[in-house]
Amino acid sequence: MSAISSQIRLNQGQRTQAPSHVWKNVRRVIFIIVLLFLTAIFLTPFLWLLSASLKVRAEVFNTDVFPDPIAWNNYVTVWQAAPVLTWLKNSTIVAVLAAATVTISSAAVAFGFSYFHFRGRDMLFNLVLATMMLPGVVTMIPVYLIWNGLGQVNTFTPLWAGNLFGSAFYIFMIRQFYRSLPRELFEAARVDGANYFQMWWRIALPLTRTALIVVFIFEFKASWVDLFKPLIYLQNTALFTMPRGLKAVLDQFGQGGEMQWEVVLAASVIVTIPMILIFFFGQKYFMDGIATTGLKG
Amino acid sequence: MTAVAQQVARPRKGRATIERAETLAGLAFISPWFIGFLIFTAGPMAISLFLSLTEYNIISPPKFIGVANFQELLTDPRLGLSLGNSFFYALLHVPLTIIVALALAMMLNRVGRAAGFFRTAFYLPSITPSVAVGTLFLWLLNPRVGLINRGLDLLGINGPGWTTDPNWIKPGIVVMSLWSLGSTVIILLAALRNVPNELYEAASIDGAGSWTQFIKVTIPLISGTLFFVLIVNTISSLQIFTEVYTMYFGKQQSGPAASAGLFYNIYLFRQAFEFLRMGYASAMAWLLFVIIMILTAIQLRLGRRWVYEENT
Repeated sequence: MSAISSQIRLNQGQRTQAPSHVWKNVRRVIFIIVLLFLTAIFLTPFLWLLSASLKVRAEVFNTDVFPDPIAWNNYVTVWQAAPVLTWLKNSTIVAVLAAATVTISSAAVAFGFSYFHFRGRDMLFNLVLATMMLPGVVTMIPVYLIWNGLGQVNTFTPLWAGNLFGSAFYIFMIRQFYRSLPRELFEAARVDGANYFQMWWRIALPLTRTALIVVFIFEFKASWVDLFKPLIYLQNTALFTMPRGLKAVLDQFGQGGEMQWEVVLAASVIVTIPMILIFFFGQKYFMDGIATTGLKG
Repeated sequence: MTAVAQQVARPRKGRATIERAETLAGLAFISPWFIGFLIFTAGPMAISLFLSLTEYNIISPPKFIGVANFQELLTDPRLGLSLGNSFFYALLHVPLTIIVALALAMMLNRVGRAAGFFRTAFYLPSITPSVAVGTLFLWLLNPRVGLINRGLDLLGINGPGWTTDPNWIKPGIVVMSLWSLGSTVIILLAALRNVPNELYEAASIDGAGSWTQFIKVTIPLISGTLFFVLIVNTISSLQIFTEVYTMYFGKQQSGPAASAGLFYNIYLFRQAFEFLRMGYASAMAWLLFVIIMILTAIQLRLGRRWVYEENT
């Protein structure tokens, strides 16, 4: 466990020292000032989103930071105009199913590719890596036809069931962690009579908890923000996930619609808040995950 | 004699049994992926290739039409337009993202503990759902009342029609994409932190200035990561969909953006699910696949020239 976390931390090690301390400190202060300025630019859209979502319609485009009066009513309006609670529930169900299935299945497959030696293993693993290159649109239509044939269009199944079979990026990532586990651990367990499944479930899985949490959080996020699959597979408003719902709200109240931006922005805040919460609770995992695997966040 | 032979043979047989058991267990563990690969990747690829040679609208069975779809690809002006739009975007987005992210990462690498705070701030936009990003920027980029043009006004610049002027729609989308460069910053920062300090010390003893150190030490040592970021960003930028679809497509198709913002995957999506031209959309998908393969092959070949590898 500590071997794994120290491996993650490797990247966060040394810092560079400049030749002169004075210059080093001056430079640091300059950089901090520049970075503070850039941070303000990066965070302003959030501040504006939040503030505008609380403004009355006449003021939604003004430049005041603090809304006056505070129009909490915008959130009531969006709540009444759209089944937001249902959409949040749908998104949560889909994201939990997607994340849980992909974590377990990818971990199993990764164990198969790291512990065992068998002919064709490396070739098959290269095939796993190769599938990451394939643009999603190549398989999009036939996969749609499969779900359509199974009568699963307009259900949640197509949004998560593919995850039962693992995902290349996560298989690759978890395998990296398994490879750092000393083989003696498993040999000892085998002497004690553990079978292969127990070796994975009782030794490999608990020892790589960090990796599993990273995978779960990343897939939860990926599923939560996805618009593409809900757009293809969901037709009933009552089945929409939150991003699909926001798109519907935007179509109705935004550009070309009724131009009630405060409602659209309130819906945008609602879809974003769960991600920010998850980020702050799982920040360490996000950062480790991106830094070690280069996963696109 | 036989006893000896048995003794020699037994461990052999034992090892063979273990090998067999290991092979079976290994295959069992990877079977979920393999089954999924057959059902959701290999099978669909074959079907997609077949569909690309047909006319198919889901309702009636596919009609074989040979390479007619591919011939249409060559003459369809909207296809050329969407491909051009995607390339235009990639050519602006990829270099800008890498340059800005590298500049940010290098500053973060020099500010000590404060880096954690800034890293979080720069990453926050990346976790914002793309639909919300699209909605937010539709509003921020609004030519008349949007925050961006108001900011430019303060500087005395008359901001362009980011969402209305066909020439400025794609640059507006690039501006939006730069907001989400946080993960690239984190990847590059991790690479910068792995550059051994002694190399900079040695370089400065040899009289190398900051710029020389950057060119001769930093760039070569993070070239592998830069290369990775380049390839991943190129592939993903050619497939941009959600933010732009949110902004300009769907129920209402806004006038100028319907052409200037028609990216390849948006056009493909519309062909498949709005016009139900599954055959033509499949041909489009294969064209994109081939383009991405060629681009990646070129990058890999060029990469061999400038990527510095320590151990191989």
